[in-house]
Amino acid sequence: MRMPEPDAGVIADRARLAARLRDILPADNVIDDRDGMRAFDSDGLTAYSAMPLIVALPESTAQVAAVLAACAETGVKVVPRGAGTGLSGGALPLADGVSLALTKLNRILEIDYANRCAVVQPGVTNLAISEAVAAEGFYYAPDPSSQIACSIGGNVAENSGGVHCLKYGVTTNNILGLEIVTMDGAVLRLGGRHLDSGGYDLMGVLTGSEGLLGVIAEVTVRILPRPETARALLIGFPEVAAGGDCVARVIAEGIVPAGMEMMDRAAIHAAEAFCGAGYPLDAEALLIVELDGPAVEVDELLGRVGAIARDCGAVTLRASESEEERLRFWLGRKSAFPAVGRISPDYYCMDGTIPRARLAEVLSRMSALSARHGLRVANVFHAGDGNLHPLILYDANAPGELETAEAFGADILKLCVEVGGVLSGEHGIGVEKRDLMGEMFDEVDLNQQQRLKCAFDPDGLLNPGKMFPQLHRCAELGRMHIHRGKVPFPDLPRF
Amino acid sequence: MERRFRPTDDARVRDVVAWACAEDTPLEIAGAGSKRSLGRPGNLPAQLTLDGLSGIVEYEPAELALSARAGTPLAEIDEALAARKQHLAFEPPDLGVLLGAAPNAAPNAATIGGVVACNLSGPRRFSAGAARDHFLGARAVNGRGESFKTGGKVVKNVSGYDLCKLLAGSWGTLGVLTDVTLKVLPAPEKTRTVLLYGLDDEAGVAALGEVARSPLEATALAHLPAAAAARSQVSRVSDAGAAVTAARLEGPGSSVLDRCARLRALLARRGEVEELHRHNSDRLWREVGGAALLAEPFDRAVWRVSVPPAGAASVAGAVAATLDARFFFDWAGGLIWLSVPVGEDAGAATVRGALAAAGRGGHATLFRAPDAVRARVAVFEPQPPALAALSARVKRQFDPKGVLNPGRMVAGA
Repeated sequence: MRMPEPDAGVIADRARLAARLRDILPADNVIDDRDGMRAFDSDGLTAYSAMPLIVALPESTAQVAAVLAACAETGVKVVPRGAGTGLSGGALPLADGVSLALTKLNRILEIDYANRCAVVQPGVTNLAISEAVAAEGFYYAPDPSSQIACSIGGNVAENSGGVHCLKYGVTTNNILGLEIVTMDGAVLRLGGRHLDSGGYDLMGVLTGSEGLLGVIAEVTVRILPRPETARALLIGFPEVAAGGDCVARVIAEGIVPAGMEMMDRAAIHAAEAFCGAGYPLDAEALLIVELDGPAVEVDELLGRVGAIARDCGAVTLRASESEEERLRFWLGRKSAFPAVGRISPDYYCMDGTIPRARLAEVLSRMSALSARHGLRVANVFHAGDGNLHPLILYDANAPGELETAEAFGADILKLCVEVGGVLSGEHGIGVEKRDLMGEMFDEVDLNQQQRLKCAFDPDGLLNPGKMFPQLHRCAELGRMHIHRGKVPFPDLPRF
Repeated sequence: MERRFRPTDDARVRDVVAWACAEDTPLEIAGAGSKRSLGRPGNLPAQLTLDGLSGIVEYEPAELALSARAGTPLAEIDEALAARKQHLAFEPPDLGVLLGAAPNAAPNAATIGGVVACNLSGPRRFSAGAARDHFLGARAVNGRGESFKTGGKVVKNVSGYDLCKLLAGSWGTLGVLTDVTLKVLPAPEKTRTVLLYGLDDEAGVAALGEVARSPLEATALAHLPAAAAARSQVSRVSDAGAAVTAARLEGPGSSVLDRCARLRALLARRGEVEELHRHNSDRLWREVGGAALLAEPFDRAVWRVSVPPAGAASVAGAVAATLDARFFFDWAGGLIWLSVPVGEDAGAATVRGALAAAGRGGHATLFRAPDAVRARVAVFEPQPPALAALSARVKRQFDPKGVLNPGRMVAGA
């Protein structure tokens, strides 16, 4: 992975910077020995790793600000890091950069039921928020599969989704306020406990900015009353196209399920072998449809989805009759990644989104790509919102297989863009898809995005090398070529 | 206005902006112009209107997304969606009555680009999200005369910065929208609104909070003090001679009937209850969303104040203690619509003073006032210096010469 050329001067000055950071942070919160830093050498995209310059672990917003100001003053790059579960290499360290880990900022500061929100530090895990408000019948809606470990600050940086986001939205739709620290050490509060912004929606653009615009120091999340009931349907189809058809018809008939997940034959078999969830092994596609809300609504919609499924040629159709059974239906889906991990030494998880109508076509072309690259692929799919997670099976110890897996992955993402979709549905661009951004955006599009970064971080010190295939200096991006009087438009209608 | 441009293709939009840069001539950006009286008055020498870029480009109901040229009339989009039993869940408000459109004017003269650029959302905002939450992708022309794309045409996407969030609510100051893609959702099969009579403001807002915290999934929650309720065209609201607290339920028929019975039981503990069916329910929430209940008298200023919902009654009460204020609460208390005498500053010091004294955050927008007052008073909530400076840097990165709607949000920017 090509990264910006490390600054030899910064590396040579490492000891002095570490000493300066120890003036700001408790001494143990500055890690600069190789053994200590090894735990931070990659995120959830373990195919890429690198040693950071220093790891800094602040315990307060003031410390975050002081670390950033010190780095800005000395021209040192900073890589923000949450729990390190990201899947696109957004927290991949830089040899000449401080990795700023927010995990010690892990307190829930306030739960405000009257305003239906909670104020939390960025290192609090996603699941911990829901657990903290469960006794009062509330929860935090976005639920990425890594929710037991991933942190809310990372969720904001990546705009994480989950299996329930078709109905409840992704992170950006479920936060009310942020405290951020910009690279110069300034602390800004965006939003609060109210709705909408009185000025530009900077909170909205910070969300999903992958640590390139600011460091998330505090988050105010919206909490929702937990639905009264939830039931799931397990539906098997003899062919993928029938499953795709069923998904489209459920939505076209006005039903928005809480979750709608699909697995292909390879994923079904891997999951069933892993945890015995009771999945039908004769199906080419398996659909899990979850309905939630008042019992009378759930029962009615379950019946309607079941009828659509039968009409689409379902060969298996089972409704959960107990909470235990509902969780068993989900067990296989939620274990799909480790399950695939058991049938292959390594797997590479992709994350494109496609228009749902193109599903059958995309899967069949993916099979052709699989044959061409000589690597197997298993598919799990957030079918409700078109977010595809192909798992490419490979062996990192076999010479050249990682490169083949990367090439196969890139072909899949190009295919997603070609059919009208996007490079990433919920994992982010990071380093992983950085060089594919040109498939989706042209130079003008990418320059406008980079100009936004110039407003926040004019020296480009915050997480450089991520998201953009080419780095431009802000001065270069700021140039304007004006041709006075040379813009002819005599035929422009005026009135 | 010296010049008005009404391009009918993207190249001409780029040309106009490039011309504005070359000639140092700032442009007023408008859709159909239905919201020209909102924001600070620009008095700009040239106008660029987008209503020549019109038409739905792509709409496949099963994909839950619709793409349209920015100048497409909202009414055309509503009609296309209704034909497939879908809708824009953020419920774009019809501001015609509030802003003084002729009583017999066609409803919703707005364009979809204008709706998105102003990020205005109706009663369903608190449950379904704002315009910005349903804004999936766009093509826009920046202040350099370059056309850029952001977002996509699918409902789930994290590829690059989410510039849609910035463009929504930027009032045309960051880019000229030429194409937009919106998330659309199934329209509810059934609607019921439960009314509760006679609560004072504190009790009314508390009742909204109780419903919002229940699992009854209300999609709109408003409290109308007696004076506001009396202005409604819905007789069960206006004839009560009392304050009306309203809660809307939507969804599949059996579910709505079930929840309606439970909601009535919950609210009956607080007072007398009644219910509205589809026609009257729709009518009431149109009046609430467009603040038609405060339209008259037309010589008064109107504020739109976003607050943490639990403190709404005390903020409104603090304003009413100083000024002759009329008001009502939407968004489960999170939005206060407030009418006050115009005076010197349209009550800005009092309204913003009440927000500051409550100390829980929020923002107040001067929504309706004579041009001279909107030129004098900060129309949008003033920001702390560091945030204002960052916002100004963002503006320069999109529009370095300040040709796109300068001064519409902040004086001199």
